[in-house]
Amino acid sequence: MFVSYKWLSEYVDIADQTPEELAEKITRAGIEVEGVELPASEMKGIVVGYVKTREQHPNADKLSKCLVDIGEEEPVQIICGAKNVDAGQYVAVAKTGAVLPGNFKIKRAKLRGEESNGMICSLSELGIESRLNPKEYAEGIFNFPTDVTPGEDALAALNRDDAILELSLTPNRSDALSMIGVAYEVAAILGRDVTLPEPSPAEADEQAANAVSIRIDAPEDNPVYVARVVKNVKIGPSPLWMQTLLMNAGIRPHNNVVDITNYVLMEYGQPLHAFDLDRVQTGEIVVRRAEQGEKFTTLDDAERTLSADQLVITNGQEPIALAGVMGGANSEVHEGTVNVLIESAYFDGQTVRTASKAHGLRSEASARFEKGVDPSRIEAACDRAAELMADLADGRVLSGRVTAGEYNPEPKRVSITLDRLNMRLGTDLQMGDVQDIFSRLKFKTEVNGDEITVTVPTRRGDITIPEDLTEEVARLYGYDHIPLTLPEGESLPGGLSPYQHGRRIVRRYLEGAGFTQAVTYSLTSEKRAVQFALEVRQPVALAMPMSEERAYLRESLLPHLVEAAAYNSARQTSSVALYETGSIYLNEGENVQPKEEERVSGIVTGLWQEHLWQGEKKAADFFAVKGVIEGLAARLGLMERLSFQKAAPEGFHPGRTASVLLDGQPVGVIGQLHPALAKEADLKEAYLFELKLDALLHAERKNLGYTPIPRFPSISRDIALVVDSTAEAALLEGIIKEAGGPLLMKVHLFDVYEGDKMEEGKKSVAFALTYMNPEKTLTDEEVTAVHEKVLAALKEKADADLRA
Amino acid sequence: MEEQLKGLQEEAVMKAAAAQDLKELNDIRVAYLGKKGPVTEVLKGMGKLSAEERPKMGALVNVVREAITKAIETKQASLESEAIQKQLAEEAIDVTLPGRPVKAGGPHPLTRITEEIEDLFIGMGYTVAEGPEVEQDYYNFEALNLPKGHPARDMQDTFYITPELLLRTHTSPVQVRTMLKHAGKGPVKIICPGKVYRRDSDDATHSHQFNQIEGLVVGENIRMSDLKGTLDVFAKKMFGEDREIRLRPSFFPFTEPSVEVDVSCMCGGKGCSICKGTGWIEVLGAGMVHPNVLEMAGFDSSVYSGFAFGMGQERIAMLKYGIDDIRHFYTNDLRFLQQFSVHE
Repeated sequence: MFVSYKWLSEYVDIADQTPEELAEKITRAGIEVEGVELPASEMKGIVVGYVKTREQHPNADKLSKCLVDIGEEEPVQIICGAKNVDAGQYVAVAKTGAVLPGNFKIKRAKLRGEESNGMICSLSELGIESRLNPKEYAEGIFNFPTDVTPGEDALAALNRDDAILELSLTPNRSDALSMIGVAYEVAAILGRDVTLPEPSPAEADEQAANAVSIRIDAPEDNPVYVARVVKNVKIGPSPLWMQTLLMNAGIRPHNNVVDITNYVLMEYGQPLHAFDLDRVQTGEIVVRRAEQGEKFTTLDDAERTLSADQLVITNGQEPIALAGVMGGANSEVHEGTVNVLIESAYFDGQTVRTASKAHGLRSEASARFEKGVDPSRIEAACDRAAELMADLADGRVLSGRVTAGEYNPEPKRVSITLDRLNMRLGTDLQMGDVQDIFSRLKFKTEVNGDEITVTVPTRRGDITIPEDLTEEVARLYGYDHIPLTLPEGESLPGGLSPYQHGRRIVRRYLEGAGFTQAVTYSLTSEKRAVQFALEVRQPVALAMPMSEERAYLRESLLPHLVEAAAYNSARQTSSVALYETGSIYLNEGENVQPKEEERVSGIVTGLWQEHLWQGEKKAADFFAVKGVIEGLAARLGLMERLSFQKAAPEGFHPGRTASVLLDGQPVGVIGQLHPALAKEADLKEAYLFELKLDALLHAERKNLGYTPIPRFPSISRDIALVVDSTAEAALLEGIIKEAGGPLLMKVHLFDVYEGDKMEEGKKSVAFALTYMNPEKTLTDEEVTAVHEKVLAALKEKADADLRA
Repeated sequence: MEEQLKGLQEEAVMKAAAAQDLKELNDIRVAYLGKKGPVTEVLKGMGKLSAEERPKMGALVNVVREAITKAIETKQASLESEAIQKQLAEEAIDVTLPGRPVKAGGPHPLTRITEEIEDLFIGMGYTVAEGPEVEQDYYNFEALNLPKGHPARDMQDTFYITPELLLRTHTSPVQVRTMLKHAGKGPVKIICPGKVYRRDSDDATHSHQFNQIEGLVVGENIRMSDLKGTLDVFAKKMFGEDREIRLRPSFFPFTEPSVEVDVSCMCGGKGCSICKGTGWIEVLGAGMVHPNVLEMAGFDSSVYSGFAFGMGQERIAMLKYGIDDIRHFYTNDLRFLQQFSVHE
């Protein structure tokens, strides 16, 4: 909502407030003023000029040479490129030395050999958006009506010396969608009176009711319809003051009749529509629901197919307007219009919203109906428009309004006790303070003991419950005056849940292990939604995505982590270690909330250990990542319960990927990004992991307890085994552990060798075995006995021989 | 004999002092004090002495032996020390060479902000509540006083999955779910961090995915002044002790009264580009919980009242760290992320 300072001052005295001061006060009281525009502040030296003569520029087809009276001793010669410039026009002239918006300075110049002392301006050159310019001047220079004098300040004549306050209205404050509404707000803030127009059009003898009849067939959508008839109007431009105020309010001027309806719309917040009464033909207005599939051409010349949930104004035969949204081409006011019917009605907000949405037509009118107009202004607005049409379009207002239906909702009465009000705000207000605030708002009050009852005018439909009164008091009393306190009552122990705490431990661990945390988008493409997922389901799709790239909910964090690694890699950060914790979404069926599981995932590519001056460096590999996962399991007390099993899920290198199992149940995957996908992403070898964070953190674990430190020495034996090259280390370790029994404390794999010195198809795997008895010192014989058992088991189960 | 001994002592002490290394010194020890050495020889010849002279000479031998031993020991200590010095000198390194790096990553700036705010409120007795990101229309809107068709729904452009399911547009549904769990009995004191989604085109100031932290306190006699006091503590802890807050009336369907909360700008009110010259930065939305919301969540609004507030971690991070483009948070450029690995 654009509020013209000049226009506003017609209703409330703001002479002692600068536009900026006023804006700040309005903002602090609850309606945010997003900006104050002072158009004249960036312009100077612009006056009214009179084009005395115009002739063709001798050297340029498209230029005119004009002699312009700018109120100085001698007229000046100006070269003008506008097609519509002509002698006898009053125009806006930027004199030599003038400044136009954008710090555009006008200098004396020679154009194709002819001197030019200034510039004749279009409205856009004076800072008025071209979409707001009256159509006839949108493509060329502006012409003043005749009541101006050469040399006078053109900016003042055009109301460019106004200040325009841009209000950002929250949906509850539709009362401020009118100048009068803003005036009430400003009056409340400043504690002043509001001066309302008191329209009383001079009426002719002829009865309006004889010229038109109205019937409402859909009273729920349209409880009341008020009309006036104005005959013999002379269509023409509206006066300059009205055109410029409309432009300052963001509305394009058309002709006097249409401008008047828009002016009153802005003034009262009541949308009006002017019909060409003769084109209505039947002299009858019937308001009804549209028929399903009914065709209708709106005044923007678009043919619309209506549906039965939309409301139309008809002439008893066919639609002439889509109620509250847009008029029809068939009944539009045009140059030749003589007799006008002014419609002022109450249309149900939801009905208007449905139609405006269905046809993609949002207008100043529909926006106001949707939010609910003030029913008490319907008649006044109608009278005001009729009065202005008499004054400004020479019309003859027929006697009386023609009204169908009735809508006089009782003003709401809302009560609150002073005690409750103070309790909610934490204030110590007296009843007198509260009454004063409501009187500034022009609300009637009654006080009964501790209770105040407020009669809320219909213009403030947002106030319905005691808390709304609290808000009115708070905002006008001023939030700055509310004290600072902290909640009283029982104090609670705050904290993280064990899960939330665990998540932080996982994050800190991974960060300590060299991973930087990433945050990626949950929405992704259909293809990526299921890529790398531990569990693949039909991905959850948005009903109306904004792009294919953000159309589905992810089932894995990895696709976007790969993307992030590729992004970094492409920017010369070739060594990347990123992790993310976040939700994935598993479809549970139509209209059922998806199952959200939390994952912790990561990607490593490039060097795991950067190149040191000592000469060491180490590329990221499977075991670097596996070590991190094992370390994480150890940190979470799950080390012994975690195992890895060769796997080949899609998207991973089939020979370098493992399932991660917790207590034998799959909880994740770790492996190399499939080289084909790596190539696609322009990545070198990359390793990924994804774990079910919730499974890891929810796993039952033992309470921490102390185990006595062993008092007896241990004995170590190293063995190097020759086995088939396909034999898995975990299998050998399992055999050793089983055969070793309780005396075997630790098995440590310290070497794997496969090469020249080995027989083809064989490899050597070396383990250090540590034996210990917590109860006593082990003898060599005891160890040898167990060790022999271990070797026998290895031979039997894995055909493992001791390396010679 | 006596002279002979003195001569030996003198000779041995001189040789010891001149010894070049430990081996030579050892040879001297063996030569003079060994079983076949001259001192022992002298002792052997003592038998020829008279009973009177014998103890005198014995004492003298001991004096000589001790003197030689001492000279050798002194020299030995000195030689050993020299050897160590030499070894240390050889072992010297260039301490300005780079250390062996320990790989260390760090948290995402949004996590830093989230955890910082969580900890701040945990200290004030709040617990952290979380909930689903894909929500039912009921919890995201209806239970928050936003029935279907309510014009205020336009304030939040929503990603719908079905007419009943959507990506939550705020973390407020967690408040509703938590209140329902409390089954009408206060107090409730939670903060709700999490991801939220809106139908926005991504640009420097908009992101279709972002984070929010909301807070909710419900109890008997919770006042607007409590909200103001709580947020004042928050602003001072988060942005600095000299910061102040300012409440401006606003509108949210789920609170009444509703306010926007500004924090005073670090420019101290002089006006800068961050506060656009106003001296204030809009940081939070807040208000007193609307009685309809309390009632729908099972609380008797004549007994209970509450306040709620909400803020965006992205905005806070942008203000706190001076980040100019919201897309940085989701690009995961390590050159950006690694700036936040440092403990503040």
